[in-house]
Amino acid sequence: MPFSINETMGQYSELFMLLAAGTYTVAFIAFAWDLAKSSKTLRAVDLKAAQLSGAEPARVPVGAGVGASSAVDRSEGAVSGPAGRAERPSSSAAASGAGVTADGGMRYGSERRAPARVAVALTVLGAAIHAAGVITRALGAGRVPWGNMYEFLTTGAFVAVAVFLLVLIRRDLRFLGTFVVGLAIVMLVAASVAYWTPVGHLVPALQSYWLIIHVSIAVLSSALFTLTFAMSALQLVQSHRQKTTAAGGADNLGFMRLVPNALSLENLSYRINAIAFVGWTFTLMFGAIWAEKAWGRFWGWDTKEVWTFVIWVVYAGYLHARATRGWTGTRAAWLSIVGYLCVVFNFTIVNQFFNGLHSYSGL
Amino acid sequence: MSERVNEEKTTPTPGTPRTGPGPGSGPAEGAVAAAKAEAVLPSLGPLGMLRWAWTQLTSMRTALFLLLLLAVAAVPGSLFPQRPANPAVVTQYIKDHPDYGKILDSLQLYDVYSSAWFSAIYILLFISLIGCVVPRAIVHYRAMRSQPPRTPARLSRLPEYGTLVVPADAGIPASRAIDDAAALLKKRGYRVEVRDRDGARPSLGAERGLFKEVGNLVFHTALIGVLVSVAAGGLFGYSGQRILVEGDTFVNTLVGYDQFTPGTNFQSSQLEPYSIQLNKFQITFDRESKGKFGQPIDFKADVTTKENPGAPAQQQTLKVNDPISLGGTSVYLTGNGYAPVVTVRDGAGNVAMQGPVVAKLQGDNYYSSVVIKVPDAKPDQLAFAGFFLPTAFITPEGVSFSGDPELFNPQLTLNSYYGDLGLNDGAPQNVFELDVKKLTPLNARNLPTKGIVLTPGTTHTLPDGKGTITFDGVKRYVGVDIHHNPGQGYALFFALVAVAGLVTSLYVNRRRAWVRTGTHPDGRTMVEYGLLARGEDHRLAGEAAAIRALLSAAWPLEEVEGSQPVPSAPEDNDRADAGTRTGAGPDTADSAAPDFIQSTAGSPESKKEQ
Ligand code: HEM
Repeated sequence: MPFSINETMGQYSELFMLLAAGTYTVAFIAFAWDLAKSSKTLRAVDLKAAQLSGAEPARVPVGAGVGASSAVDRSEGAVSGPAGRAERPSSSAAASGAGVTADGGMRYGSERRAPARVAVALTVLGAAIHAAGVITRALGAGRVPWGNMYEFLTTGAFVAVAVFLLVLIRRDLRFLGTFVVGLAIVMLVAASVAYWTPVGHLVPALQSYWLIIHVSIAVLSSALFTLTFAMSALQLVQSHRQKTTAAGGADNLGFMRLVPNALSLENLSYRINAIAFVGWTFTLMFGAIWAEKAWGRFWGWDTKEVWTFVIWVVYAGYLHARATRGWTGTRAAWLSIVGYLCVVFNFTIVNQFFNGLHSYSGL
Repeated sequence: MSERVNEEKTTPTPGTPRTGPGPGSGPAEGAVAAAKAEAVLPSLGPLGMLRWAWTQLTSMRTALFLLLLLAVAAVPGSLFPQRPANPAVVTQYIKDHPDYGKILDSLQLYDVYSSAWFSAIYILLFISLIGCVVPRAIVHYRAMRSQPPRTPARLSRLPEYGTLVVPADAGIPASRAIDDAAALLKKRGYRVEVRDRDGARPSLGAERGLFKEVGNLVFHTALIGVLVSVAAGGLFGYSGQRILVEGDTFVNTLVGYDQFTPGTNFQSSQLEPYSIQLNKFQITFDRESKGKFGQPIDFKADVTTKENPGAPAQQQTLKVNDPISLGGTSVYLTGNGYAPVVTVRDGAGNVAMQGPVVAKLQGDNYYSSVVIKVPDAKPDQLAFAGFFLPTAFITPEGVSFSGDPELFNPQLTLNSYYGDLGLNDGAPQNVFELDVKKLTPLNARNLPTKGIVLTPGTTHTLPDGKGTITFDGVKRYVGVDIHHNPGQGYALFFALVAVAGLVTSLYVNRRRAWVRTGTHPDGRTMVEYGLLARGEDHRLAGEAAAIRALLSAAWPLEEVEGSQPVPSAPEDNDRADAGTRTGAGPDTADSAAPDFIQSTAGSPESKKEQ
């Protein structure tokens, strides 16, 4: 017999969600401001790089052009020793057009970016409030907070932001801030406006520990796919821009200087996609095991199963593309984008408009 | 991955003898093979054609294409109703769309996952998979048994390269230095081979992470296992449904099922004659939350099971998400509802029918339809059709609805008919539907007799002395699904193996390292090392640094030039190019690179070692 419902907790949760959305909105503005200021900031970096390389020309790595990235590289290498060279793509960043892009290794540079710092701080604050919202929701319902669309959206948005912040600890992905925080805002608003559901019990079909395992991994993988989607999209823009500038064209996407070069984006998104793909494989498997427990067959081509399979195959295709001549780079990025569109489609359209066994997801 | 990119270059051309991705198959060889292939092209015989087709089919590009095609082909199955899931919906869909419903059917769009085109795609994909895995397995087996690759002439061409200098007074000659390096790399998990230890320029080749490829091969092979297990389940399994009213007993024999779907190779002797009796079925409804008030939150069926007719009875609980295992099958709780108990007496006053009637769910709060057929009634057969409402409400407009799922005000509202039920000719009929074409209405809302409204314990007398109907009470029923799938255990096993292979393949890094030592004319021992990754490896530089640190710690060092910068060739954004370059590393002689161990002149011994 399930735990009893605590409506007050539920109301607190909704308040927290609202506050979180508000905080994210301010963070979003700060991230956008950071991007807008980027040309200016990077010009400063360029200038400094030129001075630095002028002072100690002997230490400029062979082949690394004079530019923002090499400057950042070296200041980095000084701290971490030879390991700093792990960021090999950065040297190619410079080669692909002197000083056009941010550090390819996506390490934090020495340049202070005040708006970006404010934005990250606000995002952390928003995430803390958001976490409180998710936790009170769980306490109010006495179960995991992912049993209907409202909860998928609110919890999913939290996981996306949390994963982003976790990655930020090691890599400077602040250029993705507007995207991730913006997405979180959209999800929170959609949850509250279109899918609002009061705290309640789970329908019996969802009462299983497989709900905890299966859905949590699915949400986590989706959050990772979200990051790689943004990176792949930027990769396409960046690669276009790199081609233009390399051919001597004008650089009219100044804010893209804040974004690492296309190859670095591709490499990092590959690594994240590889993790997410394993996660999705587990999602698929655990889903099948649960389906066997709940419905007596582990695979029945239910709409939701179909789309989970399609997503898995598309990302398998992506991993293959990375090893296939002529399919790396831009084409692989497109596959990563298509894969993510399938994830979004699976979550929105399939949950709502396709009826299958999963359609009890509780709108 | 660089390597696969190389291999790709050699394979797609017609007539190419498979050079395979063996160690040392560089782009130079690839180019030669491609050139040769070009020359062979005009004289492509039937065998050549076959080989060409096979090479095409097993190329990475084809695998990618088939994978994407598979993804696309799976989609229509979610857009159109599927026969295996629900044949009735498909029939209805075709009726509703007379313009294209039939066309879709001829394209097998209602049976996507067993369609010729879907099958063709995945069968081709798996043939390609086998054609891909087998040669790679052979190549890799050889690679695992052979020594690490020869030391390249120019280590400085490798993506990670560095140099160390041991002072002359340290007493570490080149041979000792190479031994130290070998011991150290062995400890780090490398397979190491020392070459020309006592020569002028001893070197070593080392390799680790051979399990990466093993993982990849295991992953792909296990996918075949999953496919075969699924197919086997379809061949040897069976499934069926049965509705059980409280008090009913199901015996696992063919007649025991309401519906039965055997696998292709099913034999009825496979059925073990266990039995399940439904004693009681309980539902808990949500009485707390506003939005979901009255939603069921817990189902619980108390059953008595027997493994076989002679076995002792066991009390068990059957719940959603919690099937019972019996006689090699799993029994699932998949549906439930109310079964009003009625007694029908015919015109002669005899009981023509008595018992529970399964009411089929139609709307909210267990608003259900009821069909009662009484073929034994005399002189005329009788039939009733209408609705059962656990908590009946009637709006002022006369529309009835059920206000609650529980039995607060149970009500049966029925029309009655007499005539020929058409059951005597033996044609199967749906028990939940009544064909009234050959029947004459007795009670109906639009007749002067009006419809029948019954509450528990009440009796209605039919007009014209046709008989009576009594509503005795209400029982609950459950729908159970019974499945036997001998393949699923294997499918799970192979899926787990696949995941293990996948993780190994993605996270084990395959690396090669070479160290070369030599003595400088002034007596210092010069050491150079280089590393090369095979496949994606973002930690190669870290590994180089770690090895450097270990070597430095082993010897008292004199830092002359510090760590040498990475190779000078700029990489551009074209992955394939970058890959080719990296792959080319060990085999490409590059006259531009200076010789680090100067004055130990002479041709690089790596050539001799071949
Ligand atoms: C059932 C279809 C297939 C699926 C789902 C699949 C899936 C995958 C996945 C997920 C990976 C990346 C993980 C890993 O490296 O182990 C991979 C890698 C690979 N697959 Fe497949 N694959 C399929 C068919 C094939 C076929 C037909 C071939 C041969 C033409 C092939 C050749 C390869 C190769 C060479 C790699 C290694 C790529 C690298 O080094 O990064 N696969 N596959």
